[in-house]
Amino acid sequence: MKKQRWHLLVLLMALSLIAAACGGGDEGSDSDDADSGESTDADASESESDDEGETDEGADEGDGEASGEPVKGGTLVIGTTQVARHLNGLVQSGLATATPGSQVFASPLLVDADFNFQPYLAQSWEFSDDGLALTLNLVDNATFHDGEAVTSEDVKFSIETAKANHPFVTMFGPVTEIDTPDEQTVVINLSQPHPALLLALTPPLLPVVPQHIFDDGEDMKTHPRNSEDVVGSGPFKVVEFNPSEVIRLEANADFFLGAPNFDELILQTFPDSSSLNLALEAGEIDAAAISSASDIERLSAVEGLVVTPDGHHGLGALNWLEFNLTNEFLSDQNVRQAIAYAIDRDFITNALHQGYFSANPAPIANTSPFYHEGIETYDLDVDAAKQLLADAGYADGDISLKIDYIPGPDAIQKNVAEYIVQALAEVGITVELNQVADFPAWAQRVSSGEFEMTMNNVWNWGDPVIGVHRSYLSTNRVGVIWTNNSGYENTDVDELLNQAGQELDVDARKALYVEAQDILADELPMYWLNNTTFWQAYPENLQNPPLGIWGVMSPMHEMWLAE
Amino acid sequence: MRAVIAKLGQALLLIIAVIVLNFLLIQIAPGDPADVIASASGGTTPEIMAEIRAQYGLDQPLWTQLWNYTTQMLRGDLGQSYFLDQPVSSLIAARIGPTILLVLSALLFAIVGGVFIGVFTARRPENPVSHGVTIFSLVGYSMPVFWTGIILVLLFAIRFDVLPPSGMTDVKFSGGLVAKVIDIAEHLLLPAFTLGVIYLAQYSRLSRATMLEVLGSDYVRTARAKGLGERTVVYKHALRNAVIPVVTIAGLQFGALLSGALLVETVFNWPGLGRLAFDSLLRRDHPVLLGILFMSALLVIIANLLTDLAYRLIDPRIRVGG
Repeated sequence: MKKQRWHLLVLLMALSLIAAACGGGDEGSDSDDADSGESTDADASESESDDEGETDEGADEGDGEASGEPVKGGTLVIGTTQVARHLNGLVQSGLATATPGSQVFASPLLVDADFNFQPYLAQSWEFSDDGLALTLNLVDNATFHDGEAVTSEDVKFSIETAKANHPFVTMFGPVTEIDTPDEQTVVINLSQPHPALLLALTPPLLPVVPQHIFDDGEDMKTHPRNSEDVVGSGPFKVVEFNPSEVIRLEANADFFLGAPNFDELILQTFPDSSSLNLALEAGEIDAAAISSASDIERLSAVEGLVVTPDGHHGLGALNWLEFNLTNEFLSDQNVRQAIAYAIDRDFITNALHQGYFSANPAPIANTSPFYHEGIETYDLDVDAAKQLLADAGYADGDISLKIDYIPGPDAIQKNVAEYIVQALAEVGITVELNQVADFPAWAQRVSSGEFEMTMNNVWNWGDPVIGVHRSYLSTNRVGVIWTNNSGYENTDVDELLNQAGQELDVDARKALYVEAQDILADELPMYWLNNTTFWQAYPENLQNPPLGIWGVMSPMHEMWLAE
Repeated sequence: MRAVIAKLGQALLLIIAVIVLNFLLIQIAPGDPADVIASASGGTTPEIMAEIRAQYGLDQPLWTQLWNYTTQMLRGDLGQSYFLDQPVSSLIAARIGPTILLVLSALLFAIVGGVFIGVFTARRPENPVSHGVTIFSLVGYSMPVFWTGIILVLLFAIRFDVLPPSGMTDVKFSGGLVAKVIDIAEHLLLPAFTLGVIYLAQYSRLSRATMLEVLGSDYVRTARAKGLGERTVVYKHALRNAVIPVVTIAGLQFGALLSGALLVETVFNWPGLGRLAFDSLLRRDHPVLLGILFMSALLVIIANLLTDLAYRLIDPRIRVGG
């Protein structure tokens, strides 16, 4: 009898184990099993596009050309450290939502690895001669997962929702009115020409959501259907949404471009990159994005895994040193230029980042069509730095500053900040490393203007209008992070950026950005260091890997694993 | 009866103190959930930030927020996650099972293994194996949990490829109940060992010392004089007394075990409360964090109660003494 009591704990354990096994992972939502919607074929997406786009169907995957006949079936598991709040990309931007969101929701357009637009829900599109209206001609065979047809009203509703709620307000800022003359035609009217509009219509930025579900008067930001019983028209349907652990998607057999090759797509969440990389190494997961040089090096040695910097280049994640221009020392342009000359960018890219992340001496990412190749780079020149400090009246080095950085993986920011402390000591500038506990603490210091210098990491998000202008426009000093936090003000730059934001001709637009970048490089509100856009790892037999500008934030219906 | 009511009253006051203190402590941390949501979005606007703060009442004075939170807790409502926009109670309910499974497994491993090692080394103190076991347990005690975890993963998941590196189940798993139990058990081995090994060392040292003392006591000598076999003397008479301090310490250490689970869950991607707490702290997701702290306090109180009960089962004198 007494022995049985000793077994109590064992019994409790066994029951817990069985209970856990029975528990299943069905927390969150299940997609419904609504089928209907007629089977579609890929030919339906043939475009009659004008000179704005090409008709190379489904060319979103870059140059990872597939070989042979696609193998249907199977599961692909992608690891991530990002937790999606929900799946509605109209009210929530970011990689965490956009990766599964781009599988669940279709969008009007796709964009390929060379920034060329491709048909998706819109089989063709055309700007008016004055650039003040964009007409989209939608396919007529796209259906939502519940069987309802995708119509022009859904596209209109989605654009209006994004305009009212999305954090990237410039995407649809110039949109004045949207007309829907018939179920397959959308006319987007603009207050000014808006070249970023086409990019804003691609998967990570504009998921087309069903109006018949969301237009019910509920607040879109907290709408229950953002994460429960999610209905889109993309290649995959939601089976399980448990974002802290797993998001499970199944193939949408009625996808209007044809059923995806994989039966199942799983996004598994990890608490940090260490556990994610171990899982990748052990073969528990198939693919992941990688953000540190040491991880890239380690995973590159894993047999059967491709580790590549290709893909995601639209993100343009830039590491830079940002100056608070209200600081008594940093308000002096000579001091900022001296700091730039004292920092060895090559050491940062070649030693700290082990050569895996490229130098990016401009405010626009070196993967963007608008990058300025000839920009002043401020290569290491200690004598020039000392001379500039002397010119500024600090020959004796009476400058004392603090530097912040974004807490997180040390390799990207903290190690660079520590190097800058050492580098500036060489020219007589005393810098103290200001360590804060976590991201919110850093964000508060930067947004409130308490910082003096900070390492920062800001993404271009494909088009300068979305991810670049925000850091330099004098009208955008609004006291929240990733706006004009340096306090920079130059009306010429404002004018150039505003003109470039309305210029539809690519060459003329680039000329405007080159001029703006030259002024910025001279005045240096930031010192731009390198491009930290992540690498990705995937199995070497994965066909049509996500190598487009949005990487994994693109629909994955064409991917398959060769035998 | 009066003593029981007094204890319950104390426990209630303790819980209210836990709620208030935790709430105030969390407020000291700079930044708020709006910053975190902005970070997840890659950008934001002042209007969106203001809207988020208004939505969660973060624009209210601190005392108003405290009053609202305390009254809401007393109504049994743990609130809504700022970040995940789900009820805190459902988030905790989904994760408390895995944490209890992990902690109990580690505890069982530590107690059974520790007592076994303690008895073994006490009976043969000069045996080389005893010295080896003692050194092993001391090494286990000295190693940081996260380091032990990563080394074990590298060894058993990467080098030998015999156990899964992380998670509680294989996400590609499909099979029946038995297969699922086996799948979970496989995933449980490394984290439970990692969490338990520190306590294994402590308990083995403790039970060894107690066992040595007990084996030299009068009643053991009497038992031997009566001609009882060595096994009966050790396992029936001596062990029972040697285990009492281990159970006492195990009960008192339950809170520490829970906090150790936080690290282990992070290293092994185990979907428990510890990982949720860690994530919530970084996200400034105050309702979730406060809910977990509240639940942890409850668990510790329950563990202490169970420890009291365990005494009574193990030692009849305590039962008689009431």
